Amino acid sequence: MYVAVKGGERAIDNAHAWLAEERRGDLSVAELSIAQIREQLSLAVNRVMAEGSLFDPDLAALAIKQSRGDLIEAIFLIRAYRTTLPRFGMTRPVETGEMRCDRRISATFKDAPGGQVLGPTFDYTHRLLDFKLAAEGEPVPVPEAEGRAEPTPHITEFLADEDLIQTEPRDDTEPRDITRQPMSYPADRATRAQALTRGDEGFVLSLAYSTQRGYAKNHAFVGELRIGMVDVEMEIPELGFAIDIGEVQLTECETVNQFKGSKTEPPQFTRGYGLVFGQTERKAISMALVDRALRWEELGEDDKGAPAQDEEFVLSHCDNIQATGFLEHIKLPHYVDFQSELELVRKMRREAADAAAAREAAQ
Amino acid sequence: MSVMDEYNFAYIDEQTKRMIRRAILKGLAVPGYQVPFASREMPMPYGWGTGGVQVSAAALTPDDRLKVIDQGADDTTNAVSIRKFFERTAGVATTEETSEATIIQTRHRIPEVELTEDQILVYQVPIPEPLRFLEPRETETRKMHSLEEYGLMHVKLYEDISRHGNIATAFAYPVMVNDRYVMDPSPIPKFDNPKMEMAAVQLFGAGREQRIYAVPPWTKVVSLDFEDYPFDPSKADHPCDLCGAEDSYLDEVILDDAGNRMFVCSDTDYCRSRREAGHEGRLAAETMA
Amino acid sequence: MTPLLQVRDVAKFYGGRIGCTGVSFDLYPGEVMGIVGESGSGKSTLLNCLAGHLPPDDGQVIFDTRADGPVDTVTMSEPARRMLGRTDWAFVHQHAREGLRMGVSAGGNIGERLMAVGARHYGDIRHSAEDWLGRVEIDTGRIDDRPTQFSGGMQQRLQIARNLVTGPRLVFMDEPTGGLDVSVQARLLDLLRGLVREMGLSALIVTHDLAVVRLLADRLMVMKDGHVVETGLTDQVLDDPQHGYTQLLVSSVLQV
Repeated sequence: MYVAVKGGERAIDNAHAWLAEERRGDLSVAELSIAQIREQLSLAVNRVMAEGSLFDPDLAALAIKQSRGDLIEAIFLIRAYRTTLPRFGMTRPVETGEMRCDRRISATFKDAPGGQVLGPTFDYTHRLLDFKLAAEGEPVPVPEAEGRAEPTPHITEFLADEDLIQTEPRDDTEPRDITRQPMSYPADRATRAQALTRGDEGFVLSLAYSTQRGYAKNHAFVGELRIGMVDVEMEIPELGFAIDIGEVQLTECETVNQFKGSKTEPPQFTRGYGLVFGQTERKAISMALVDRALRWEELGEDDKGAPAQDEEFVLSHCDNIQATGFLEHIKLPHYVDFQSELELVRKMRREAADAAAAREAAQ
Repeated sequence: MSVMDEYNFAYIDEQTKRMIRRAILKGLAVPGYQVPFASREMPMPYGWGTGGVQVSAAALTPDDRLKVIDQGADDTTNAVSIRKFFERTAGVATTEETSEATIIQTRHRIPEVELTEDQILVYQVPIPEPLRFLEPRETETRKMHSLEEYGLMHVKLYEDISRHGNIATAFAYPVMVNDRYVMDPSPIPKFDNPKMEMAAVQLFGAGREQRIYAVPPWTKVVSLDFEDYPFDPSKADHPCDLCGAEDSYLDEVILDDAGNRMFVCSDTDYCRSRREAGHEGRLAAETMA
Repeated sequence: MTPLLQVRDVAKFYGGRIGCTGVSFDLYPGEVMGIVGESGSGKSTLLNCLAGHLPPDDGQVIFDTRADGPVDTVTMSEPARRMLGRTDWAFVHQHAREGLRMGVSAGGNIGERLMAVGARHYGDIRHSAEDWLGRVEIDTGRIDDRPTQFSGGMQQRLQIARNLVTGPRLVFMDEPTGGLDVSVQARLLDLLRGLVREMGLSALIVTHDLAVVRLLADRLMVMKDGHVVETGLTDQVLDDPQHGYTQLLVSSVLQV
């Protein structure tokens, strides 16, 4: 008796030891290496980098291993690590027009300079379990082609040349860093984009899907989806010019959306934009749709009361680390709150019973 | 000594601590006002005390003695976890004795022993906005605070009485601070509300919601009520079954399948020190066995 | 006598389109002014500019405050304007659900303004709510019911009670009888007329229904395309309209 709150420290230590044992699993099965996770579970690694906001495949792989494959837990590990890192400076904006594309498709034009490049995609695979993978097999030789030497132009540039798509005004103001400044509303587009790019893939996907089903429908076409490597450059004050400090893999999606125009403005297409670390195209397309839905006010559209139009709703709930922490905190003891509710309910029941008795006595 | 040696004192880097301290000072200057701050991602989940931990980390010095309680108890799992975190990252002395501590981080309780002007009480806050359940939008609630439009808060209390005959809020009972800001005292039982006019500095940290607020020593803190339905800081109508205290907040423990119960102090340090001083409750003899 | 409200050259534009422009008039204590015109004439825009719901692009809206005398409400601070909005001003919306809290009981709806200005005695608040339910002819036994359980006419009467409980000096009404059945309208108008007289209220009533202004308004302002085209005593304007548009308006009503 009266043991429930005792021995917390030992219980925690033991729980953690058990967790470590479970993580390793059956000792007769070979242990996963970080390299194996990085190379063979690369899309999981990409998701952890994207939502963890840290481009480091090895760390992401380590986080996946440590979290037993629970990707939100892995993202959490990366985020907690990321906050401790010193900041040396800010890189220049990456030039996605210079991307070395592994994949580049457009749903709006059959062909365009740079062509349609399918790249390593699940699209058009038949989703049949491949039992050959259950056995260890030799790699099949893959045909290779020369990469394109010149940059691949953005599809929307062709529309912009004809003035058929809205031009995004260039804005050189330094964007707010949502990991260094508290969120406030209304938020500008750069702030929204930061929140969405690290937002939970499932949440952003569902919101995007809801716009397609009519909750603030905006008729999106994938103008272009491209995946590839871009150089990261940084100005070095001591040198006085920018140097390459590395490269990152990015997925970029630009949607082309309907806009009927108004009395004063001729009809023109509008844009939604998604940019995410790694090969993460489901997320990038979703982000573009939600970005577009959130622009209703700027583009003079109606507030249809749809969830995807509601900036405060979207941005304050898209972060899965915030969401999972707060959701799971209800596992923590709430004896005190519950006790005070219990006392109140008892008191109110007592008063109700007394009142009923008094009424009966009066009759 | 440990893997945490590579981190800064109390985990957070000094620049971030300065940012948090500025928010704390602003909070102290405007009692009850929720100061936005750039909450960092901590190595424990949001909702588990990240706000309190950041405030404690910014307030801690190497000479401090830290006490951490959850539900009033030093040995509940989350309290143990947070205390361990600071033992590892700051190497500060810790204590379970309320009067010995210089900083007390708490979740859901104010200690029974009266705090002194040399102490800081740091609350973990899940939802800092007292108006949140009346109005979900931050843009709206901030406007309500800035314009001091608190009619809606009293409408809620009015509705409680008209429906239940009582103000049906038992914890996180809203208070008016310094005649200006309506504030959420965090989910402490309303029994603790009157203690908030105290000698110690009270700091509130909400990590996920990125807010810090504060109540300086001896600031006026009034629990909202009606003249004819005054605030009632009630608790279970029992003495503690272990130490016999009649003035402490009690947890109810179910003892057996027959539903027998015992009531014990939720403040474990208070209960222990009373028993050490020779006080005995109804079941004291049995539990010693 | 100082006018309660002095409106000077108020204008509101939506991009290139005129909402209303060049509107000036005085409203004296105890006076009820009707603003009529067809939809799109700018009458609702004007009312929202005067009540502080929309910032006008030009002009002054000077209100004779209790404490400081005449003050331009367009340039006063938002807290001060909001304070007016819950004390000396009242706003009755066309749709009762816009002016009521549908999730709060009738008593809570009436009590909100009292509590917003500091009432802290539950019994007194409840007593006022009961009193006002009676004055707007709602059974006091329904004090704890939510407006969702009320008919359209009752909701509108509740909205009026909720607005008048703090004894405002100026009431803005936007189509207060719009969307109600004819028989319900008659009862509401009767009630409003009684309250206006009894409390000596000043009011601005926007409506497209000339029967409403005939019954309630001392003076009339006719609007078309954002401009005031005719003003005068109600009977005078309705019985002997001067402007062509007013003549059309009056005759079209008579034809109905």
